[in-house]
Amino acid sequence: MFDNPALLKAIFGRFTLESLPLHEPIVVATFIVVALGGIALVGALTYFKLWGYLWREWFTSVDHKRIGVMYMVLGIVMLLRGFSDAIMMRLQQAMAFGGSEGYLNSHHYDQIFTAHGVIMIFFVAMPLVTGLMNFVVPLQIGARDVSFPFLNNFSFWMTVGGAVIVMMSLFVGEFARTGWLAYPPLSGIGYSPDVGVDYYIWALQVAGVGTLLSGVNLVCTIVKMRAPGMTMMRMPIFTWTALCTNVLIVAAFPVLTAVLALLALDRYVGTNFFTNDFGGNPMMYVNLIWIWGHPEVYILILPAFGIFSEVTSAFCGKRLFGYTSMVYATIVITILSYLVWLHHFFTMGSGASVNSFFGITTMIISIPTGAKIFNWLFTMYRGRIRFELPMMWTVAFMLTFTVGGMTGVLLAVPPADFVLHNSLFLVAHFHNVIIGGVLFGLFAGISYWFPKAFGFRLDPFWGKMSFWFWVVGFWFAFMPLYILGLMGVTRRLRTFEDPSLQIWFIIAAFGAFLILLGILSFLIQIFVSVRRREQLRDDTGDPWDGRTLEWATSSPPPAYNFAFTPVVHDLDAWADMKNRGYQRPLTGFRDIHMPRNTGAGVILAGLSVVLAVALIWYIWWLAIVSFVALIGYAIAHTFNYSRDFHIPSSDVTRVEDERTRLLAANGQAG
Amino acid sequence: MAHADTVIDDTIFHLEDDHGHAESGSSTMLGFWIYLMSDCLIFAMLFAVYGVLGGNYAAGPAPKDLFDLPLVALNTTMLLLSSITYGFAMLEMAKGRVKPMQVWLVITGLFGLAFLSIELYEFAHFIHEGATPQRSGFLSSFFTLVGTHGLHVTFGLVWLVVLMVQVSRYGLIAANQRRLMCLSMFWHFLDVIWIGVFTFVYLMGMLR
Repeated sequence: MFDNPALLKAIFGRFTLESLPLHEPIVVATFIVVALGGIALVGALTYFKLWGYLWREWFTSVDHKRIGVMYMVLGIVMLLRGFSDAIMMRLQQAMAFGGSEGYLNSHHYDQIFTAHGVIMIFFVAMPLVTGLMNFVVPLQIGARDVSFPFLNNFSFWMTVGGAVIVMMSLFVGEFARTGWLAYPPLSGIGYSPDVGVDYYIWALQVAGVGTLLSGVNLVCTIVKMRAPGMTMMRMPIFTWTALCTNVLIVAAFPVLTAVLALLALDRYVGTNFFTNDFGGNPMMYVNLIWIWGHPEVYILILPAFGIFSEVTSAFCGKRLFGYTSMVYATIVITILSYLVWLHHFFTMGSGASVNSFFGITTMIISIPTGAKIFNWLFTMYRGRIRFELPMMWTVAFMLTFTVGGMTGVLLAVPPADFVLHNSLFLVAHFHNVIIGGVLFGLFAGISYWFPKAFGFRLDPFWGKMSFWFWVVGFWFAFMPLYILGLMGVTRRLRTFEDPSLQIWFIIAAFGAFLILLGILSFLIQIFVSVRRREQLRDDTGDPWDGRTLEWATSSPPPAYNFAFTPVVHDLDAWADMKNRGYQRPLTGFRDIHMPRNTGAGVILAGLSVVLAVALIWYIWWLAIVSFVALIGYAIAHTFNYSRDFHIPSSDVTRVEDERTRLLAANGQAG
Repeated sequence: MAHADTVIDDTIFHLEDDHGHAESGSSTMLGFWIYLMSDCLIFAMLFAVYGVLGGNYAAGPAPKDLFDLPLVALNTTMLLLSSITYGFAMLEMAKGRVKPMQVWLVITGLFGLAFLSIELYEFAHFIHEGATPQRSGFLSSFFTLVGTHGLHVTFGLVWLVVLMVQVSRYGLIAANQRRLMCLSMFWHFLDVIWIGVFTFVYLMGMLR
């Protein structure tokens, strides 16, 4: 039976034993480490009988706070993978001089730089941003959950599904070797006949469904579920940036879905969208993907701007300077982000007028962004600044991001871009804004809201270690790339001829090593904080003297967030309540209507992953089976009408009485 | 939101009862509307792609060689009629009359099925003549744009059948009414997209 190639092909598609990268010792070693780690984790969960708990309380949870935390865990786990890729590239480039081939062959190296970009954007930055929005936004607007709690769970698991597909490509088959945006014709079936690009396409399609639905969900939540009195211009800035970001998601991700579907058609059906012959047009792909791609960078940075605004105002003990201008700057950036996509390929040769238009729109974006920087500075001016960890990240951001912004304006000048296009200068620029902007923002956000999520603070010592290693490491890792780029070194190179360049790559590798220490310190910080949680505990629910509604409830908040829906009279609602001597209600609690947990999200996402894997490997029978199962299960799920329940008032009373007791023990009246 | 425009007592910091929360039905309508707009963007992309590639015949057949306008007119009529009959179904729903509503839904489904059959016949005819999706950029973008619309109609038909079963089982409860309203938006949305397809692909194709 196993001698019949036609039968094997019918069963396994194009998967054979040769698809396993057994000839790549680095991959095999990685696999062994990951497998041992995985077995240890599964063993520990089984030994401590945690599976049932995880399934009931987390995996099937529709609670926005738990889904938010799960997004954060996903982002941090994938950060380790994405960073491993980064440090491998840095090592390769520092070594491969003077005839040395380094230690990575080109087949492997090309997959690494592709995977690094894809993972860092889609499976690190996006989950971390979405996770924070999920956790914080409903609390900030005084809601009990998002508009569509089940959809929220489903979105999360689709994102996980995409991550699983990317991770699978490391050990079964290979990943794309095309760069993170997979330009055709290189990504067409002619030049990339193997599974790599298919892994890329289906990982992003599966995760994209999740991202789009969570965008719809959060827009709806912010528009429909704000507490009474919270007009649009009384929304906390982070909620504003979340609204703009999710509008961008809804208006940008369909473009990605469409363009990847067309690429898939070219590869699977043999259509001629992006081919070189029969009337196809590869540059159309570049246009379409950047129509999604440029809004995507604002999808990442806007929430970070929101975090910095919250942190600055909280740690300076005053209302944000220029709230209104901050809101309008955010909206202007949202709109302008759709008018600049062509600056990613000035060298395409669209002509002087087109290039000038996009060059000018790009430079205009720096105006609202600059306004934001001044708003933060003026908030700090004469503020009572507390240099706690979130504030430190904010100051580091302002210094670092400004440099990245200025090199961005430089790249926006088309003649300069003709020189710097695809150089390491560009690589340095976008790492400068994504690390210095998005990542610093996320770390500020994590240390700011961690006590809200878990009821204890993060350990400040290891947090500061992480901070200094990250910030110094960033400057060491990327300033040399600016210099190399100005000297004309292009990106994605595996080996180098000119030995005088090597010192800069060694400095960059040293920077990457410092960042490694920063990541390790961050992990130690979490570990140490969990160990020392009794010393770090915060029973007040308001450890930073916060100003917005999330600090009005306990830490961690109860499942229902607020026993009574808060009423808002001012921007910075919680600061207003504290100023006017708000008394927490102690009696009169009622039943609370809540959505019920469901495993449907996990099952639907699991079936989607099976479908994707079947399509990647051309296992057509499995594709049909899993597709029918997916549709069938989705339909069956709609026959379940009992999706909610009531938390009895006795339970609410018990939880609230416990909080009253803790507050009294802390010397605070209700 | 519900209270944003009403005057609120300045000293009240929380609501005693929960009526301040948005009723989930209106959230669903807004959410589904936003989803439709994102779907609309997918079609916008496909229209744009057709705009770029629509003239790239690669020495193959052009619209004038292929399109049969009377057939497309018939097809368009089927889809437009199905939208009208869905509207009648919604009117019956508003009156709470299950039986006539189901009848109108059946008629809607039959019109939809007729539309799909004519479209598939047209596709089969093109492919038989050698005008396959692989033949040229024009045909790739034509089949993808029109086919994506057809897939949406297929999905709408499946959804229609499921909803008819659910209504017959559980009656016109609030959840079912909400779902019927969503499908209604979806169905009319596909009509609007088709008018775009009919105009830009078929009519303007004949003028090229």
